[in-house]
Amino acid sequence: MKRRDFLKQTAATSSFVGLGGLGLNSCAHFGQKKITILHTNDVHSHIETFPSTHARWANLGGVARRAALVESIRNENPNTLLFDAGDIFQGTPYFNFYGGELEFKLMSKLKYDAATIGNHDFDNGIGGLLAQVPHASFELLSANYDFTNTEMDGYTKPYKIYSIDGIKIGVYGLGIQLEGLVLKRLCKETQYLNPFEVALDTERQLKEKENCDLVICLSHLGYDYANPNRPSDTQLAERTSYTDLIIGGHTHTFLDKPDVRTNQKGNSVLVNQVGCYGINLGRIDFYFDSQKNASANGVSITV
Amino acid sequence: MTNSKIKHFVVIITLCFSFACKQEKGQLIEIEGKQIPVDSSLSGIDSLTAFIAPYKKRVDEVLDSTLAHAPRSLDLNDGERNTSMGNFLADLIFEETAPLFKTKTGKELDFVIMNHGGVRAILSAGPVTARNAYEIMPFENYISVVELDGTAVRNLVLYLAGARRAHPIAGMQIVMDQDGGLESITIGDSPFDESRSYFVATSDYLVAGGSEIGFFPNVESTTDTGYLLRNAIIDHFRKKDTLTGQVDDRFIMKDQ
Repeated sequence: MKRRDFLKQTAATSSFVGLGGLGLNSCAHFGQKKITILHTNDVHSHIETFPSTHARWANLGGVARRAALVESIRNENPNTLLFDAGDIFQGTPYFNFYGGELEFKLMSKLKYDAATIGNHDFDNGIGGLLAQVPHASFELLSANYDFTNTEMDGYTKPYKIYSIDGIKIGVYGLGIQLEGLVLKRLCKETQYLNPFEVALDTERQLKEKENCDLVICLSHLGYDYANPNRPSDTQLAERTSYTDLIIGGHTHTFLDKPDVRTNQKGNSVLVNQVGCYGINLGRIDFYFDSQKNASANGVSITV
Repeated sequence: MTNSKIKHFVVIITLCFSFACKQEKGQLIEIEGKQIPVDSSLSGIDSLTAFIAPYKKRVDEVLDSTLAHAPRSLDLNDGERNTSMGNFLADLIFEETAPLFKTKTGKELDFVIMNHGGVRAILSAGPVTARNAYEIMPFENYISVVELDGTAVRNLVLYLAGARRAHPIAGMQIVMDQDGGLESITIGDSPFDESRSYFVATSDYLVAGGSEIGFFPNVESTTDTGYLLRNAIIDHFRKKDTLTGQVDDRFIMKDQ
């Protein structure tokens, strides 16, 4: 985990570190646009708050509480998007009983904008996933699962562009290799495409063709693996050029703080993952300055 | 550990970005990231709790009604090579699968193998509910019956003998000598016959895992029963009033 520790200062000291000799002179949010991205991952059918007797997560989580938190943030900033990075299903009897219906209905009530597909979202088969699609008011995004020869054909999109307050936000989804993880009987003819290659194509499309101001990846690849050729969020961050934020899942990683990596163009990419089971909500705020030439070219990242 | 993970974190970094062509929309100048714990400082939205309530009621009714009784706890670490919980589970899989397999194929089931790690919970003494079955087997794994030739059976037994953990078995007895070598294998009531094939009930997870997981690198044929492991457990709970299991001599290593 190569963290660029020399770049970090705590906000408590309110200090800024200049990189490349460019100072930052605007800290005020006057005349700015603000986009708030909220995210979860690996909620695994956890609907209720953990009981007070739970050895590890006592009194944490719960969809009704998450709803209150999301609502308060939306009230504070209506320019908010809410995403999930997959493994919505499997983990409590709610899934066994209702097949994911309640999970999708609740996510719709919370006004999730999009989710990507995790390996456990295939646990009731392609047909089991399709059966819950009518309960979802949000998009299922996957750029590297080809569902052409399955019942899910036409029910997912590789990416979606959200235009909020004049800011274009392109969001794409990536899923993990299915072989060895998901039984063929469940994922059937779903084709897994190389996520690195698909990410490069998709982010270029979003940046160069669609002129997105922000590019976000919803990834169920997993945070980081010893083998650099095994697709992971950290590798993805370093191999891409236009992706600004990777919202991860699969490895149930509780990061102390969002990870900041450097991409192919030398720019920073945020990689975040908020553990599992709805215990945390991730929040990333992007500020855009409407004044020309404001703040030179510096982007201050506070994580 | 937990506390440090759910705390707010604040670090500032300044970096160079070029958004020169996007100035009419404003440049990205600042990014703030944090993680917010969903804890008791938040009160849940009542309408959502009310929406969940009927689903919860149904789940609780089904899962918490008593189906059977366990006079003693069944554990996963009370024996060296076989355990009370492992034996209980493997035996019930044999009992529930053999008639199904016979009806489906006309053939006799020979033995059962499960993986120790696939048994996710023990059974505590007292009333037993369907919730216990969900704890024991949370995954949607089905019972498969694989046909193994004699060599594959011998390799499977060697794999079990070399494993650190006591993988549950039923319908067979394995005796190892004091040096860890195989002394005898008995399947059903007969000594193991390497010249014939055997039918083995197991989890489809272990079959699909093939050589990667280690149990079944070479199978002659596979019969999917379509029977969820958890449903076999629940059906067994419903049939039996009293649930028992004990460490026995089905898999033993002889003392010096």
